[in-house]
Amino acid sequence: MRRFQTFQDLFKRYRRPGDLVFASLFCLFAIFLLVMLPYETQWVKRTKLFAQPAFWPAVSVGAMALFGVLHLLGALASERIPGRGAEVLAWMKSVEYALWFMAYVAVVPIVGYLAGSILFACVLAWRLGYRSARWLLTAAGFAVVVVVVFKGLLQVKIPAGLVYELLPSGALRTFLMTYL
Amino acid sequence: MDALLSGLDMLARFDVALALLIGSIGGVIIGAIPGVGPPVAIAILLPATFSLDPLVGLVMLLGIYGSSMFGGALPAILINTPGTAVNALTTYDGHPMTERGEALRALGLAYGASFVSGILSIIALILFAPFLAKIAPMFGSREIFLAALLGIVLVILAHRGQTFAAGMLAAFGIFLGTVGLEPVKYTQRYTFGQDWLVGGFDLIVVVLGLFALSQAFQLLSGEDSAPDAQPIKGSMLRAIGEVFRFKRLAAVGSGFGVLMGMIPGVGEFTAQFLSYTYAQKTSKKPEDFGKGSPEGLVASEAANNAVPAAAMIPLLALGIPGEALTAMMLSVFYVHNVTPGPGLFQNQLDFVYALYIAMILLNVIVVVFMCFSSNLLLRIIRIPTRFLGLTILILSFVGVYSLRNSMTDCAIAAGFGLFGLILKRQNLPVVPIILGMVLGGIMEVKLRSAMARVKTPLDFVDRPIAAFIACAIVALIVLHIWGVVRERRAGLKEFEHDHDMHDTQGN
Repeated sequence: MRRFQTFQDLFKRYRRPGDLVFASLFCLFAIFLLVMLPYETQWVKRTKLFAQPAFWPAVSVGAMALFGVLHLLGALASERIPGRGAEVLAWMKSVEYALWFMAYVAVVPIVGYLAGSILFACVLAWRLGYRSARWLLTAAGFAVVVVVVFKGLLQVKIPAGLVYELLPSGALRTFLMTYL
Repeated sequence: MDALLSGLDMLARFDVALALLIGSIGGVIIGAIPGVGPPVAIAILLPATFSLDPLVGLVMLLGIYGSSMFGGALPAILINTPGTAVNALTTYDGHPMTERGEALRALGLAYGASFVSGILSIIALILFAPFLAKIAPMFGSREIFLAALLGIVLVILAHRGQTFAAGMLAAFGIFLGTVGLEPVKYTQRYTFGQDWLVGGFDLIVVVLGLFALSQAFQLLSGEDSAPDAQPIKGSMLRAIGEVFRFKRLAAVGSGFGVLMGMIPGVGEFTAQFLSYTYAQKTSKKPEDFGKGSPEGLVASEAANNAVPAAAMIPLLALGIPGEALTAMMLSVFYVHNVTPGPGLFQNQLDFVYALYIAMILLNVIVVVFMCFSSNLLLRIIRIPTRFLGLTILILSFVGVYSLRNSMTDCAIAAGFGLFGLILKRQNLPVVPIILGMVLGGIMEVKLRSAMARVKTPLDFVDRPIAAFIACAIVALIVLHIWGVVRERRAGLKEFEHDHDMHDTQGN
């Protein structure tokens, strides 16, 4: 294979399986936004065209629809690449990890940042197949380091877990709420 | 001279020095791990830098940006996997050198070329700054609008073979920036009656989703692998010194890097190509290029490491970011109510100098670090990919959740993460969305203020800079169409090309 022959080649990207599905979905989305334009934006009286609140949404949605249709036509006219079904299935499978992330988001305000992170790191490491004590400890250790660096040292804003409220008031509780 | 000294004074603080050290070394490590890359790291660290002083925050992010390419050369040369997208060309000559037992020489040349070009480019820009301070005030609303439009056009045209896709994604980015309550007439745009959409889409949330979470999802759902490479033996310092045998190529590469870095949307790839082509055409052994030519390696690395400093020019002088990383840095300015643009070069030239001096220092720190850390970095890049995905997911949580402690933000970021994953799998670019979001907002504001003084369409381009940019936009579009027609006539088959040239993260 010749690696790059022309100046244009350096910038080129090529189609992959599932391109038609993506192009169709994006085109439908753009057309939906275009149809909704009169309902979701306002035309204000005594205001010039370029200052209208609807002007830039109209430009962007119009361009989305135009380029979206052209991209779809390009996908339709191109040779089909096998593996469309498998590709869409791969997109679906990755939703699992978005749900894992949202579970982490839901757990932290309840059990606290430190416990939530250790729990999440260990359970996800187990799910990913890292089941030896070494890997589980590495995952937990990484979670601890992240919490100490970001919450303890950099003081990023992450609220204390509800579970800390159950502790008796005192220095330990204040420390946990502030730094972990 | 006073501004330069004042800039030095601004840097002489413990917190700035610490940020520089963390950013530089962190950037090398992040750049060396294939699958992380500077966009992911900067996206995660952005919210943490909001609470810091603007100079401290920017120096840390600049450290990551400027040093990641040093780190990215390591896996590119040793295991044929570029650590960052811009190190793709490094694999062409770097890895063949490793295969014939010249790994140390290849790494030394790559680090040396990066160092020389980094320093040369910054010196050039320091000398260029007073000139910019004079030109920048000539940019009024219409010139800034046109420069932002030029950025959008360039980023679309730069994605050849996917121009329509890049166009629709840039338009999608502009659309995302319009959603919510607009600040002039206080009307709602595309909120569909949903309270969570009234505030619009936060740039950081979108960036974290598209860059960090998408990368985590991709690694987590992919096959597990752990890169491996043989340790390096010998003196790295001596190997770095060999770059001075290729002074001309390093200097020319830096020149291309500076010129291309200043143009929004073009950046490293064009600079590398021009530098590489020049090196090949002037070489006594052009047939060695792509098979382990030291000249090819120097040309490629010199060009890409000159870009970060130059890419700061449109950001600082006009407030227009040319690519995703500077777009992210723009948000640091906004958070601290510092408006980059013509005023910054006129009134705070010392701040600009401080950033440039910080970049010189980071190059020195990195090259010293590289002299003894290559084997240490080899251990770090052995992290299995799925475990790496887990770590990015944990770090992404800090980035998104610490912004506003909002579960909605996290859900939006997760949604964009899935969208970014699909884009990456489809080999479609993420950058046009981010640039569309940032430049769309700038274009809306600037067009509104520019049109107040425009009577006829020609008035818009009646000033020299505006006319020049408008001509450049038209010329680029015409040249693009001409190029496509010419290529079609040449009739090169699709599968004769390197399809995976851009198949790396964060691009």
